[in-house]
Amino acid sequence: MTADISASSVGLVTAEKILIDRPLTLACGVVLPSHELMVETYGTLNADKSNALLICHALSGSHHAAGVYAEDEKPGWWDSYIGPGKPMDSNRFFIVSLNNIGSCFGSTGPTTINPASGEPWGAEFPVLRARDWVESQRLLMEHLGIQCWAAVIGGSLGGMQAMRWALEYPDKLANSIVIASSMKLTAQNIAFNELARRAIQSDPEFCEGSYLQNNTAPRRGLALARMIGHVTYLSDELMGQKFGRELRSGTFDQGEAAPIEFQIESYLNYQGEKFSGDFDANAYILITKMLDYFDLSREYQNDPVQAFSHASCDFLVVAFSSDWRFSPKRSREITDALIAAGKNVSFAEIDSDQGHDAFLLPNPRYEQVLGNYLSKVADKLEGAA
Amino acid sequence: MNQAESTRQINDSIHSWVKPKSRVLDLGCGDGTLLAQLHKDLDIRGYGLEIDPDSINQCVAKGVNVVEQDLNKGMANFADDSFDTVIMTQALQAMRFPHLVLDEMLRIGTQCVITFPNFGHWRARAYLTLRGRMPVTKQLTYQWYDTPNIHFFTYSDFEALCRERNIKILRKQFVGEHLLDRQLKNLWPNLFAETAVYHLSK
Repeated sequence: MTADISASSVGLVTAEKILIDRPLTLACGVVLPSHELMVETYGTLNADKSNALLICHALSGSHHAAGVYAEDEKPGWWDSYIGPGKPMDSNRFFIVSLNNIGSCFGSTGPTTINPASGEPWGAEFPVLRARDWVESQRLLMEHLGIQCWAAVIGGSLGGMQAMRWALEYPDKLANSIVIASSMKLTAQNIAFNELARRAIQSDPEFCEGSYLQNNTAPRRGLALARMIGHVTYLSDELMGQKFGRELRSGTFDQGEAAPIEFQIESYLNYQGEKFSGDFDANAYILITKMLDYFDLSREYQNDPVQAFSHASCDFLVVAFSSDWRFSPKRSREITDALIAAGKNVSFAEIDSDQGHDAFLLPNPRYEQVLGNYLSKVADKLEGAA
Repeated sequence: MNQAESTRQINDSIHSWVKPKSRVLDLGCGDGTLLAQLHKDLDIRGYGLEIDPDSINQCVAKGVNVVEQDLNKGMANFADDSFDTVIMTQALQAMRFPHLVLDEMLRIGTQCVITFPNFGHWRARAYLTLRGRMPVTKQLTYQWYDTPNIHFFTYSDFEALCRERNIKILRKQFVGEHLLDRQLKNLWPNLFAETAVYHLSK
């Protein structure tokens, strides 16, 4: 299949599997003697290795953030924002995108083999925290010979990693870009994650997480989990505009008994079905728990100002008006804490009806804010070189 | 003297009243020009609040800290005395409740710098008196129905409000564009000054 590659695309990309042959001590105490990471990079690392951006993915993301594969023309998940002349400009930056451990796109996780047992990790994969992803990313950074990220960037759970980086390794990043994120999930947000997990666990084919060993697949449960999540990532307004009460099949005419299906039902079922073939149920449980457990200032007396006082990078915080899963209020809390801690920060609330998904979708104002910010970062680097 | 010159005079006053390396909050910071200058000259840690998307973009492009926030919805997110100086240039007349904004500025900042157009200037008075129409001047360029300037007040009005609310006027400077104004602005500011810069504290 020949992909149509425009001038603003990074073009054909290939992923590389990198072995991190150093022990990684997880927050839960378990040590992974080594682990593997699927990685894509776009652009060129400059001579002093100062122009690297780290992309942190969210719940269901992968290393495939931009460009296309030769065998599949579907572009990466953040292709709207990564490429030549785009906000994350591959002409100016060296962009590193990885699949984090515990996920299921080739990096060490529930679907890979546990060397101790010779079986897939499955539900036995150790409990993870966002800091474990940061730690693994730091080992990757060393592997690549990068001393300091020009910026660490992420949306949603990705924003949580960008913030954690700023606290854990303040001298290893110059900018932290936190998009549609939060310092901790609300009770409502945790509730939605528990609904998703329960949907998976209630599927008889889940087999308490040992479905790989049992040659079953909890696809119905995973599909339902995704459908619940998907509803929360969109806004009421957008769903109304996109689907309204349109019917996919059937009719309300008197005397008609054929089953009726709304467009939104059909859409959600399709999304759930597709996702259940692409993602792993144990990984979904693992990563939603990681989201639930995240609390930026837990170890700083629950004081976000004290937490951020440990940071030394500059921050850009972005939120979207119709995002009710990671509401703009949460981003304002981040911004207020950063100002009180005396850190450089800019905050924009982008008008959008796309809900939480807005951080992935094209939006001129979002592009401008992110582009202007990163262009300033690149100017500084290139001026200093 | 042109408008650029009067803007320069206003900025000079603000520069002389802001301490080096201090914390500055600029309410309605526009494209961030003032904060960028203060940062360059005085190494301040500055933040601007703004709601206009284009202005926010320009601030970000300049590397000025800008926070999207509607001043009319309050500033409860800022702690008491969390800034050394809170600045508001040419925006008080556009606030829903200017007196409450003024209270908030003095709660958040140790000192405040505020500038606004003087509706008591002779040109505005003459416009209303002679034409019987609401003034449309170089400084007040909008028609009555589309103006963002929803409160028209004079220096005398402003100083009366300060007295009423026990606000100390530490310093003030008057700026006028035309020769006549420049000669008479200090003698009779309420009639001859088009813009004044007030330096306030609690």
